[in-house]
Formats: sequence, C-alpha cells, structure tokens
Amino acid sequence: MATHRFTPGSLERERRKQKLLRFSMYVFLILASLPIVVGYLWLFVGAFTGNLVYGFVPQELTVANWSFLWESPSPAWPNIWRTFANTFFLAAGVTVIMVVVSTSAAYVVSRMYFPGRSMILASTLILHAFPAITLLIALYYILRTLGLLDSLWGVILVRAGLMVPFGIWVMKGFFDDIPWDIEMSALIDGATRFQTFWKVMLPLVKPGIAAIAVFAFMAGWAEYIFLVTFVRDPNSWTLSSYINAIIGNYRFTNYGLLAAVSLFYMFPVLLFFLLTQKLLMKVTVGGIKGGR
Amino acid sequence: MASIRLERLTKKFGKVVAVNNLNLEVRDGEFIALLGPSGCGKTTTLLMIAGIYRPTEGNIYFDDVLVNDVAPKDRYVGLVFQSYALYPHMRVYDNIAFPLKLAKVPRKEIDRKVHEVAKLTKIEELLDRMPGQLSGGQQQRVALCRALVKEPEILLLDEPLSNLDARLRIETRAEIKRLQRELGITSILVTHDQVEALTMSERVAVMHQGVLQQYGPPDELYDRPRNLFVASFIGDPPMNLIPVEFKKTDGKPALVTDSFVLPLAEAWGEVLGQMDQGEFTLGIRPEDVRLSTEKEGNALLGEVFLTEPLGGGTLVHFRFGEISFRVLAPREIKVDVGDKLWIIPDQEKLHLFTKDGLSVREVGRQDAH
Repeated sequence: MATHRFTPGSLERERRKQKLLRFSMYVFLILASLPIVVGYLWLFVGAFTGNLVYGFVPQELTVANWSFLWESPSPAWPNIWRTFANTFFLAAGVTVIMVVVSTSAAYVVSRMYFPGRSMILASTLILHAFPAITLLIALYYILRTLGLLDSLWGVILVRAGLMVPFGIWVMKGFFDDIPWDIEMSALIDGATRFQTFWKVMLPLVKPGIAAIAVFAFMAGWAEYIFLVTFVRDPNSWTLSSYINAIIGNYRFTNYGLLAAVSLFYMFPVLLFFLLTQKLLMKVTVGGIKGGR
Repeated sequence: MASIRLERLTKKFGKVVAVNNLNLEVRDGEFIALLGPSGCGKTTTLLMIAGIYRPTEGNIYFDDVLVNDVAPKDRYVGLVFQSYALYPHMRVYDNIAFPLKLAKVPRKEIDRKVHEVAKLTKIEELLDRMPGQLSGGQQQRVALCRALVKEPEILLLDEPLSNLDARLRIETRAEIKRLQRELGITSILVTHDQVEALTMSERVAVMHQGVLQQYGPPDELYDRPRNLFVASFIGDPPMNLIPVEFKKTDGKPALVTDSFVLPLAEAWGEVLGQMDQGEFTLGIRPEDVRLSTEKEGNALLGEVFLTEPLGGGTLVHFRFGEISFRVLAPREIKVDVGDKLWIIPDQEKLHLFTKDGLSVREVGRQDAH
C-alpha cells in the first residue's frame, strides 16, 4: 500500500501558510506605496482647502485656488488655457514625430541588412541609456544656431529625438516577431515593398505603435528641463513652465495654487492612462497572435 | 500555365552555398517535387523561383522568358508556406481576396472568385472567421485558396503538409493532387517526406547539400538510384547498405564481408570484374529479399534478432557481426526471434555502389558514353 502524502491536517496547514504569505505581501506593498499615496493625497487636499494646519490638516473647503482658470494670478503669466494648448501641442508633436520616425526606422533595422546595421542597433541602446541632461548646453547652441530657441518646435524635436532610440528598440521587437513568411507571402500576393509595409506589417504592430505613442505623449506632457532652459517667452509656456513660475517667482510660494495647478496638470494624463493602460501592458506581451 | 527551366542556378548566403549549379526543367502542367533533408537547398530554390531570393548565379526561365529580374508580384506565382503565413489581422475572406485587391480586380469579381476557390477547397463556411480561430488543416486550406485565387501560372508548395496530423496529411495529399490535376497548373512541391514526394508528383528531384542528386519519375528513383545518397534516402524501411569486397573464389563471383559470403549471379560478376577496384557498397531493399527455410542458390544464412510487426507484414532484423540487415517479410510467414533462415536476395534488384558512392550501373553507363 502506498502511503498518502497529504493528510487533511497537512493540507489545512498548507492553506494557512499560503494565507499568511499573501497577507504579509499586502502589508509590505501597502507600506512601500504609502509615501507616494500620501504625496498625492496632499495634492488633492491642498488644492481644495485654504490653510493646512501643520501642513496637513485641512481647515476649510474652498475653490479659491482654482481661480487661475479664469484669471491669471500674475500679469506676467500667460492665459492658462493657452498654456494648456501649448502643452498638448508639445505632447502631440513629440508623439507624431517619435512614432513615425521610430516605426519606419525599426522596420528597416528589423528587416533589411545594410552596412552599419549592427552599429545602429548598438547605438540606439547606448543613446537610450544616455543622460539627456548632459546635452543641455550643446543643444542650446544648436537650437540657437537653427533659430529654434524660444519655440516649442525646438523642444519637440529634442524630446522626440531623445525618445526615438527607445521607440526603435520597442518597435524592432514587434517587427522581429512577425514571421518572414508573412512578408514574403504579401510580396508574392502582388504587393509592392511599401504596400507590404503599409497593409500587412503596420496593422500587425498596432499594439506597439499604441504603446510607444502613449509613452511619447506622456513624456511630452511631462517635459520640464528643456522647456525651462530653451523657452522663455510666456506665450510658449507649457504647464510645467507655469508650475516652475509658481514655485520660482513668488517670494512665498502659494501652495494652494501650486496644488491646484498640479492637479489640473495631472488630470489629463491620469485620464489618458486609465483609457490606454490595456495597450501599455501589451508592450511586454508583444508579438502577433494566430496565423499559425 | 507555364514551363520552368532552371539553368546553372546557384545561391550563396555569404560563404554558404545553399544551392549549387542546379539544372532542372519542369514541363507545362507538370507536378514535380523537390525532395531532400532539411538544409539541402530545396526551399531556397523555391524562393528563387518565386522571386523572393535573387540567384547568385544562373538563370530562371518561365516559358523560355528570363525572369531573373522580374519582381515577385509580376511572376504570377502562388505559394503555400509551411507556416501558411496567413495575415492574422484579416478575416479568411480578406486573406483570400488580398491578391485580387492588390491587382485592383473589381469588387464583384473578387467576391465571385473568392467563393469559387472556397467552394473548391470546402471552406465556404469559414470565410468570416479570423485565421487564429481555425485549425491547422483549415488554415492550410485557406493558404491554398489564397495561392490559387489569382489563377497563378505556377503553384509552389513549401512543405504544405508537415504541420498536419498523419490522418489529415493523407487526405490533403490526395486533395492537392486532385486540385492540381483539375486545374492543370504547373506545380513544385518542396518536402523532406519521401512518401509525399513519391505519391504526389510525376517527377522527383532529390537534393542534398545544395546539389541535385537525381531527377526522375518515382519508380526510377526507387529502382535505379544513381548514388548512395538517393539509395539511402528513398525507400521506407530504408535500403540495407553494407560495405563489401568483390572476390572470385573458385572462379565464382561473390561479395565478401567479415561475416558472410554472398555468391553473385554471373552477370554481376562480369560487370564488377571489369572495374578496377574491389571494394563496393551493397544495397538491398528489405522488400527485395525472400526468406526460406531451405537453402537455395545464392543465399545467406541468418539468425533473427528482432521482429517488428507492421500490420501489412513484418520487418525482420538479422545481424551479421556488426552488420544489421532488415527484411520485409509477408504476413503469411511466421518468424520468431532466434529462428535461422536463408535470406535470398533478388539478384536482379541488387544495388552496388563504388567507393565514390556512384551506382555501378551509372558508372557503366558513363563509360559507354
């Protein structure tokens, strides 16, 4: 007779051990995310109250902090809606350029063999890891020479350029996952090289395009350092320049206003993220389904 | 419809020679197979015919027109890939319609043709599905439809059956053969499976390491393999191949190994006696041998080592020292391990190969030229 490896008692003990493990995992995760949660909480509370006692306890509810929406808190600052439009323009510009350039470049790098291909691949990795901040001064001179200082276009080009290596890397992975057979099949079915790219390859890498577009948009939306360095003209400010001004220009920073503008700044990104998070998750999954 | 002619076709990938100096010609409406182990250059040849790869050297002619520089889309070729290569983002209907849409065929015409081929391959009810929802056999049919819908002059099949299960493979084999015959389309099948090649095609080209070994009807490959490679590759169970020495003892010709002496018919003795060497490889197909309990003419005595019932017959293994020898015995003969039996090879169907691996018959024929 074989002895049973499990008895009701041992099973019960096993289950309890699992429960305890899961419980302690939750405790750890909650503790680890607490600082971030508290930060956001402060932002929410601060945006809708007057004074905070001890910096944290709210006293009265108010919408006074939100008056920036209809009147500028300082005559030197631009209209908030114009700033909002600028931010959107910047983010959209970065997205379009980054997606178009990295998708087409990734296709070439994934599918075609040409001298210098492996060097390009290696350089995209290095460039991706390159600390962009070290380029600040060099870029300043370049943009000045090109007459792109004080213009959002300058920042768009710089940010998109810095994101392209990442985009190429992600998109190359998606293209690599498509079997050669599918492409050959399209060529034999009568497609030109370009039709193959447009009608067969692009639809298959849609999840990748969506993912890098989201990343590019968020990077453009959050752009800060190049903006405050290259763009002085208030007419070209974005929301991050605006927040920079709130912190920098007041002798005593108006924390209520800061919190309100920050929340206003964050809101579209939060909304955007909620709508696209499913696509974002696909970056790690990648590839195509079916067909085999 | 078109005939195909390959002339000194060579393809190199860097330093690797995938296809070497291949000459091959396919008649209009003929069904041929490129057969060989993986990596022998058969798929490379197919892709050169399709126009995906450009030959390093040599020429490809369709109907005596040089097509080396013709783009794939202008070659009127249909190709079924081993992986089927369906477009995963398109419905089955759109997959099949894709070549017609690219050719700007009117919508009504597309609709008619798609339904026509779908009916031909019995997949009409699948037209609205996505490829991911189909079984392997169904995907295979869709791929075949897509290749046929544009009414190509040449149909290329790259291992079309290897992803199907055994049962379905046999059915599809017959199905493709029927379609090919009905449409009369010039077809090339690439396969590593000799049964597929021999059953489906009119002529088979056996390739090995990029070099064409032999090109001819299935019977010819089976009965008169030109060299050792073809002999060992064609036939299931495979041919027995034994290194032997040719000697004359008491004026009688015989093949000698350390473990046995096989007396030869006079005719063989004359052929081998004229050759300037004594070492050969003897090839005997397991089915070209009779077993007997009585000693007869030119026979070998062997002891049964193992038996494998195959249903239709029994595969009997003998052993002579280091040499193992397979015989396909009819099912009426009951054989047990340890039995001692006389093995009587059909002298007409012996194959002998020189040290260079060429068939002795072939050497004789070359001498005659």
